[in-house]
Amino acid sequence: MNRLGVNLAGLNLSNPTMLASGILGYSVETLESIVEGGAGAVVTKSIGLEPRDGYANPTVVQVSCGLINAIGLPNPGIEEFTSEIRAAKTALNVPLIVSVYGFSEEEYATVSKKAADAGADAVELNVSCPHVKETGSEIGQSLEILSKVVRKVKEVMEKPVFVKLSHNVTNLTDIAEVAAKSGADALTVINTVKAMAIDAETAMPILSNKRGGLSGPAIKPIAIRSVYDIYERVKTPIIGCGGIANWRDAVEFLLAGASAIQIGTAIALRGPNVFSAITRGMETYLKRKGVKSVKEIVGLSHRR
Amino acid sequence: MSDYHIAANKLRTTPILTVETESPTVKTFTFKDKECSRAKPGQFLMLWIPGVDEIPLSILSTQEDGRVSVAVKEVGEATQALHSMKAAEIIGIRGPFGNSFTEKHGRILMVGGGTGIAPLLFLAKKVASKTRKLVFVIGAKTRKELLFIDKIEALCSKSSVIATTEDGSYGIRCLATMPLEKMLDEEKFDMVYTCGPEHMLQKVFDLAEKHRIPLEASLERLMRCAIGLCGSCIIGRYRVCRDGPVFTANQLREVKGEFGIAKRDFNGRKIPLE
Repeated sequence: MNRLGVNLAGLNLSNPTMLASGILGYSVETLESIVEGGAGAVVTKSIGLEPRDGYANPTVVQVSCGLINAIGLPNPGIEEFTSEIRAAKTALNVPLIVSVYGFSEEEYATVSKKAADAGADAVELNVSCPHVKETGSEIGQSLEILSKVVRKVKEVMEKPVFVKLSHNVTNLTDIAEVAAKSGADALTVINTVKAMAIDAETAMPILSNKRGGLSGPAIKPIAIRSVYDIYERVKTPIIGCGGIANWRDAVEFLLAGASAIQIGTAIALRGPNVFSAITRGMETYLKRKGVKSVKEIVGLSHRR
Repeated sequence: MSDYHIAANKLRTTPILTVETESPTVKTFTFKDKECSRAKPGQFLMLWIPGVDEIPLSILSTQEDGRVSVAVKEVGEATQALHSMKAAEIIGIRGPFGNSFTEKHGRILMVGGGTGIAPLLFLAKKVASKTRKLVFVIGAKTRKELLFIDKIEALCSKSSVIATTEDGSYGIRCLATMPLEKMLDEEKFDMVYTCGPEHMLQKVFDLAEKHRIPLEASLERLMRCAIGLCGSCIIGRYRVCRDGPVFTANQLREVKGEFGIAKRDFNGRKIPLE
């Protein structure tokens, strides 16, 4: 029996680690290298209706405990990307989730449908990107707009719809509940946190977009709290994301209530094999604790 | 991966110490940076032109006192802005990033085109005194664009430096790859290092394959994060910023569908190399 296997909104994952959106994920070959590294599922870069170049450099800046990025959702557009999705479905033996962004509910729906038709096993709606205007977090911070987007996407496709949430809202659990009630099959919690870096010598913002999103160890406690809060409020499966770099981080997210976890920034430190390192560590932990399935520890820290 | 890579990723701002004009389109910028002064030949850095852009550059030379130099060709808005900067103005540095050339000491052939000569000169300085033989083939469009010829001639014996120009204004009038065919038929080499325009790299690769000589080539792609995350610089399964920029012949064989043929555009789409 596979101690680490999970069923996430109908998708079977051999282990609960997933590639987070925005990391590599343009091509079949790089997704393959992530799967070889041990990921239980992969999420592509965010794809929109039209091609997008992203921002000028600097697009990534390192701070004390993480990275701030404002890459600007570069992507080839869904028409071009469908061939990549088809090829990926043949080459990969793990669930393929396509991250989708849009500037309207129709765009989210159109792109999601095309991704699903091309073979994506699920889509993840990026309603939380902190650095592109009129999409991302501007969608995910409004209960009404978010609800419309999720409903519209659910109308046009049968495959699971994940919704990736931002922590930069006053009412995260309300938003999670609305996403769930609108039909979200899983919630990815959280996207990067609004952040900025200024250089003292030149007195200038470093990122070309000035504002960006913080990832890495700095946001892990924020993400854990977010998962913990949402788990108390909704029954929808949660995918924990934010600063996970080792098996202990991953376990903490599961204990907070996540059914699966996503990894991004840690790949810069440890390469694609970070996935197998984390799953090995999780397995040892489960054995040591006498737990037969990883599912048993999901939300365990909520018991009284 | 070691923590070193992430330590190197912190942006450091530092004044430009000197600017030297190498050719009508190439200038060498020197600044102090402790991290990059420990770089190995083949590694690159990200140079921030405040308020304009951040660009990847091969490291040309390092000094023990912490000075680092890069040769920059004016090719667009960012490099134009950098060319207009003077000593004492502030730039930002991240790096060094990527792998480096493996240092072999047998019979060595280096083939450089344009500013691709820079990392090879860095390597040549390290290995020149240890090699059994060092032949350096350099190419450019014109005499004026033939970079670092004096430095290379000082390193290798003059007879071992073969210069080519497309207009014949210096050396042999041909592409840098032309003298190679005859040379490889007549002489034995243990290793080929090459850097420059990718069509040239491909030609050098084909010749090295034909003569069964190990090769390492330094590639260039669009760079953003420089730490293997964003996927902007991918070729096949490799991230040029992290798994490269130096690739072995074995690796290049794996990416034959892209090497010398295609690169990724700003939006991640595969487009033909110009």
